[in-house]
Amino acid sequence: MDWFWSFPHLSDDFLRDLRRAIDDSFRTFTRSYGDMLEAFFDPLRIFLIQSERLMLNTPWPIVLLVIAAIAWFASRSIWIVLGSVVTLFLIGMFDMWEDTMRTVSMIFVCTVIAIAVGIPLGILMAKSDRVRNVINPILDVMQTMPSFVYLIPVVMLLGIGRVPGLIAVVIYAIPPIIRLTNLGIRLVDRDVLEAADAFGSSSWQKLKNVQLPLALPTIMAGINQTIMMALAMVVIASMIGVQGLGQPVLRAINNQYFTLGVFNGLAIVGIAIIFDRVSQAYGKRLQKHLEIVHG
Amino acid sequence: MADMRNDHGIEIRGLSKIFGPNAHQLAPLLDQGITKSELNEKHGHVLGLKDINISMSAGCIQVIMGLSGSGKSTLIRHINRLIDPTRGEVLVGSEDVVKMSPRELREFRRHKTAMVFQKFALLPHRNVLENTVYGLEIQGVPRNRQVDAAMHWIERVGLSGFEKSYPNQLSGGMQQRVGLARALSNDAPILLMDEAFSALDPLIRVDMQTILLELQKEIRKTIVFITHDLDEALRLGDRIAILRDGEVIQQGTAQEIVLTPADDYIMSFVEHVNRGKVVQVDTIMTPLHEGQVPQGGVTIMQGTLLEDAAREMLSAGSDRLTVVSADGAPIGSLSLQKLMSAMVRSDKAA
Repeated sequence: MDWFWSFPHLSDDFLRDLRRAIDDSFRTFTRSYGDMLEAFFDPLRIFLIQSERLMLNTPWPIVLLVIAAIAWFASRSIWIVLGSVVTLFLIGMFDMWEDTMRTVSMIFVCTVIAIAVGIPLGILMAKSDRVRNVINPILDVMQTMPSFVYLIPVVMLLGIGRVPGLIAVVIYAIPPIIRLTNLGIRLVDRDVLEAADAFGSSSWQKLKNVQLPLALPTIMAGINQTIMMALAMVVIASMIGVQGLGQPVLRAINNQYFTLGVFNGLAIVGIAIIFDRVSQAYGKRLQKHLEIVHG
Repeated sequence: MADMRNDHGIEIRGLSKIFGPNAHQLAPLLDQGITKSELNEKHGHVLGLKDINISMSAGCIQVIMGLSGSGKSTLIRHINRLIDPTRGEVLVGSEDVVKMSPRELREFRRHKTAMVFQKFALLPHRNVLENTVYGLEIQGVPRNRQVDAAMHWIERVGLSGFEKSYPNQLSGGMQQRVGLARALSNDAPILLMDEAFSALDPLIRVDMQTILLELQKEIRKTIVFITHDLDEALRLGDRIAILRDGEVIQQGTAQEIVLTPADDYIMSFVEHVNRGKVVQVDTIMTPLHEGQVPQGGVTIMQGTLLEDAAREMLSAGSDRLTVVSADGAPIGSLSLQKLMSAMVRSDKAA
């Protein structure tokens, strides 16, 4: 009755050999292809470094002005602009300007890559049920798998530094934009699509003129979610060498510096709120044509 | 000119549509006369259309009438193949739409047809002008020509000054004018109108019918008009086909349908129709025999509706009329009594 009380698992030897075999083959793979992969991701590294250098080397008043201008053009709301400026000003006063700039630069690059990869994937998913059935479970894994688990192979392959951090953040943050692009396109009114067909639109014309514009508000919600999730990953990414607001937090955890943790945590919250309000206000302005209703 | 228009008549031959995964295997059952309900109960497939044969002349308005579920919207979607048929042919000119490749079909839709939809189907993120140019934009016409054509038709449907408005800012009637302008800007010889006016208020609907009839005098397109409203069908249709359960049960001119309904179903429809507005004097007149001299009274042109003829007789105080042909020659006569009895249904006697 032994099998009844404890689960009859595979033999310990077998499991140990299995783990060792997988680890060994992955290590071999890393040794032979690690350099190649690193070279492959090199443009990303350059992009990251350039963007960070730009943020750090630009004098702070200009950065503040540019952010205020972006906030204004995206939201057309004086309150959002004022809120952004005050938040950034406070961050600067508490001597977190440089780390914040590093984090903002990182989030910017992550978002650009998530958009560049995520929107085409979302479109493919919307076009074909088969693609959707393949991608959906992968997204489920990406969203539920603890991020530490995929940090291991990424670090093994690419070492510690900005690029593996970027990849970890993108893996974590990209699902919402893929899902919401797919959803937005699938929700487009069938009558309008039929009209586009009746006028002889090619599938590219249909995508460009009808599906993407009508899905844009949903896609914007996806971009917003992606930015938020990327910010949430900042601390974990700092564990593999990504500089920015995450590192002081990590230091605070290790040494129980309560105040240091709170300050940097609040700074992350502050820029999260700026990103969120500005991108949401922009998404809302895109839907202006829906607001003015007849009668 | 006439020959060119003849190219754009539409000939529908033996068109059938079964909805469901095994449509093609089940198609032979149609020859054995399977009914819609049998097909549904035994095979779980829906019969959309059954052996439709309609010949639509170029430059005329062909109305397809039927209640909901009769297959009329399915039928019109076969003309530009938004729905693929199970079998049959849709000939436009010498081409069979059913056999076109995707590329040919796209070109056909761009240049030969334009469509107006029941729910308007405008692009909500584009203003009136941008919606109107849509068909031409798809065709790749230069922008200034797009705008010229669009502005012309926006003006013709009475929407000048609203070019920059978004569909959401317009009433239903105005939105459908945009739909009409969008279709007309395409300058296609065939205009497909799927219950185009059904979603509008009665008054606005009549208004839109008037606009369409006015425009048709000038554009002379082949118009296929779907409706569930008999009054609309009789007013607009040069020819009318009545559909029930996916089959054509009668087709002909408005007069033919009102005067000789094919069965009780159509009879129940035409019962309440104002015949004075449908039947023409030459249909019920007594033809003149050769050499016979007309008996005087009011002179009425052939093709005049009974109601208009009656009005003229009353105002002239006459109880007879003489029908004359277009060149003024008398061709028949009609008494007031006969005219009145034709207007107030004499079918019970017949």
